[in-house]
Amino acid sequence: MLEVNNLECIRGARTLFSNLNFSVQPGTFLQLTGPNGSGKTSLLRMICGLLAPTQGEIRWQGANIRALGEEYFSALTYIGHRNGLKEELSPLENLRISNGLAGVHVSLRGCRGILQTMGLAGQENLRARLLSEGQRRRSALARLLVRKSAMWLLDEVFTSLDSTAVALVKSLVEGHLSSGGMAIVATHQELDIRAGSFRRLELAS
Amino acid sequence: MNGPPTLSMFRWIVVRDLTLAWKGRVDVLSTLFFFLIVVSLFPLGIGPETQLLRLIAPGVVWVAALLASMLSLGRLFANDYQDGTLEQMLLTPQPLYLVVLGKVVALWLVSGLPLTLMSPLLGIQFGLSSNALSVLVVSLLIGTPVLALIGSIGAALTLGLRGGGVLISILVLPLYIPVLIFGAGAVDASILGSGGQGSLSLLGALLVLALVFAPWAASAALRISLE
Repeated sequence: MLEVNNLECIRGARTLFSNLNFSVQPGTFLQLTGPNGSGKTSLLRMICGLLAPTQGEIRWQGANIRALGEEYFSALTYIGHRNGLKEELSPLENLRISNGLAGVHVSLRGCRGILQTMGLAGQENLRARLLSEGQRRRSALARLLVRKSAMWLLDEVFTSLDSTAVALVKSLVEGHLSSGGMAIVATHQELDIRAGSFRRLELAS
Repeated sequence: MNGPPTLSMFRWIVVRDLTLAWKGRVDVLSTLFFFLIVVSLFPLGIGPETQLLRLIAPGVVWVAALLASMLSLGRLFANDYQDGTLEQMLLTPQPLYLVVLGKVVALWLVSGLPLTLMSPLLGIQFGLSSNALSVLVVSLLIGTPVLALIGSIGAALTLGLRGGGVLISILVLPLYIPVLIFGAGAVDASILGSGGQGSLSLLGALLVLALVFAPWAASAALRISLE
């Protein structure tokens, strides 16, 4: 379970949010909404541990994530604005490297299968530079299927995806929720998630 | 504790960066070419005065190695920062220390090591004896990893800053001075016939110190730069 206690974020001279309290149980889908610049990305990065909160704390299974260190990172998969792909490498190479770094072992055939699921059949060996924006996003999202982390943190991942891909990601998220995972997703799209429990958190500007 | 996964992650980092270096080999080659040209300019500029050339050789080769390794630092984190892969590396369930160390090792394999291997050829232009040449190679072999390690701190600190290239040289060059003194000093000593073992030992001590502290400092700097 993820708990956020009394969280505050100050970027520059602006207070983006303060006194933020919520918790996310297994099987919960939490949608973050709010106008641009309201701190959705900052909140997600704080939950990742990339950004230190100015006040308050974030707890994972009862322990502060600052104290958990690297162990905590195996509980989450974060996909941000930037895809985290090397343009010079193919989706297959990108996926294999990212598996290697995460310490997950998936066979070459398994990786191909995952990229096929993501609708990248035939493009596995093209350089990411040559792929369209949406295909690159699909390639980045393939990481979700490999790692099987308890918590998915997705930041505006639906932009530049076509409707089939949006439906695909939605079904992946539903599968993740029904197997007891949690997802925190910053998006403006109205998502009709049919699994787990749905919650919405609106960050005011 | 978790030996095998940590080791395999380290290997993945090195393999990854070497693959990327291969794909962008023009960058790698230009650094080496820079080293080659800078060192070769001196004999051409000074003329065939063997005595003088022999005296300045250690300093010239070492200063050129310093500048060349600084040129290569820009590649260490900047590209990974821009496309978001660095962020993903910070989120791997392994110590960040090893990520940095892996990247530095890969950087050294494509910059420091080839530069060291080229150095005897360049030393011949300066009329160095075979004994001095071997000390030059050994000093670079120990010294260039120190340069890459110290440089990684500077590269991590200046990440995402405007004018990072100039800033990195201001930060890193003063820290390179001890390496320069002991590295060039060892070759000097061997030319003068007193061996140079003392300087090489001190260089080795610097390497151990840098191995322990530099990746740690660079990791802390990376976490700050990525906030």
